[in-house]
Amino acid sequence: MANSTPSAERIARFEAIVVPHLDAAYNLARWMTRNASDGEDVAQEAMLRAFRFFDGFRGDDGRVWLLTIVRNTYLTWVRRQIPQQNSAEFDERLHTDIETAFTPESDLLRKATGEQVRRAIGNLPAEYREVILMREIEQMSYKEIAAITQSPLGTVMSRLSRGRSMLRQLIAGERRAEVKVHG
Amino acid sequence: MANHAQQNLLHAYLDDELDLVRSMELEDHLAECGDCAHEVASYRALHETMQAANLRYEAPADFRSRLEGELHKEATPEIQPVVVRRVIPWWSWAAVAACLLLTAAAFLVNLSDRGEKRLMAEVVSDHVRSLMAGHITDVVSTDQHTVKPWFTGRLDFSPQVRDLSADGIELVGGRLEYLDGHNAAAIVYQKRKHVINVFTWPSAGGDEEPSVSAQQGFNLLAWREGGMYYCAVSDLNRQELTEFVGMLRK
Repeated sequence: MANSTPSAERIARFEAIVVPHLDAAYNLARWMTRNASDGEDVAQEAMLRAFRFFDGFRGDDGRVWLLTIVRNTYLTWVRRQIPQQNSAEFDERLHTDIETAFTPESDLLRKATGEQVRRAIGNLPAEYREVILMREIEQMSYKEIAAITQSPLGTVMSRLSRGRSMLRQLIAGERRAEVKVHG
Repeated sequence: MANHAQQNLLHAYLDDELDLVRSMELEDHLAECGDCAHEVASYRALHETMQAANLRYEAPADFRSRLEGELHKEATPEIQPVVVRRVIPWWSWAAVAACLLLTAAAFLVNLSDRGEKRLMAEVVSDHVRSLMAGHITDVVSTDQHTVKPWFTGRLDFSPQVRDLSADGIELVGGRLEYLDGHNAAAIVYQKRKHVINVFTWPSAGGDEEPSVSAQQGFNLLAWREGGMYYCAVSDLNRQELTEFVGMLRK
């Protein structure tokens, strides 16, 4: 198949369909790995994979296809990391009461700084972080997120719901800690 | 929470993912239930805060240019059939070994010097590294007037680059080979799907007609002309490679 498509034409198609989503790919890789250098590694690896497997791309949505590859590349990358880094990312015990905790006031959430929001997202477990990013930054539909994460729609919905609930608590927690220190 | 709306539905509502009927039902509920309305307001605030936080990381310029280089390297080998590409490291050793033998033969007298032998070995390993890395060309062009000038300023000699498109030979590009402060050029041609590498560097000694050899199905032609040494390597059959060299020297 690769041979039937002239090289220049293939490159032009890749540039038209996949390359425009480089920022989305980098953004997801950067958020998932939580640092710039690993983000670049994962994004680059994903772009190279995308290029290699481009002949197998039959759909019309280059962004969904590319982000699926980024996510898989990230999962491969994360498995290679030292185990402590993964297990240390979120302590479930501290957040078991999220659903029953009081709802943070809207004002409290609105006053959060960009820095606090970024830190809170970074502290979310990966499976919640990814759906939040795809929804809030990429404005993807549930269907697209389900395609990328290869999970049922119901799972996407419950992860978004639970992820936002955690996020809200994390941000509110930061704000309250700040009030305690300064007030 | 039995009487409250399901959390999943609240989020689907906020994300505009509910159908009209369910959306209206939920709005009716929100109008009556303060707790759920409060919940929705809180998540709206969270959404607004996230939008205001400018969360998107853009790919840095240096990353983009590095990626471009990597993709370029990735793009070049695809001119070959997949099978050939996979086989390259193995073939290249055979080709290189044969090429080295030819070189050694051609320079048997001159190569009594150990230093020069070491230099040749270095050429070989340099070449093999470039092939194994899938790095076939530094400049990709089918135009000899792009490939030849590309070497200007990169080499202290000007390698021969021919337009043989009328004869069914496609120019693919060129590549630099570095060795111990010396430079060599590799000009890459293609006939049908067969890649032909022509290695060239300045060499003392008189002209020599091409001598043919074969190594594990790989054909090589080496000759010396006008103070330059040439070695053409390909998986083309011997006759076609000889014809190719004939065209090149015309």
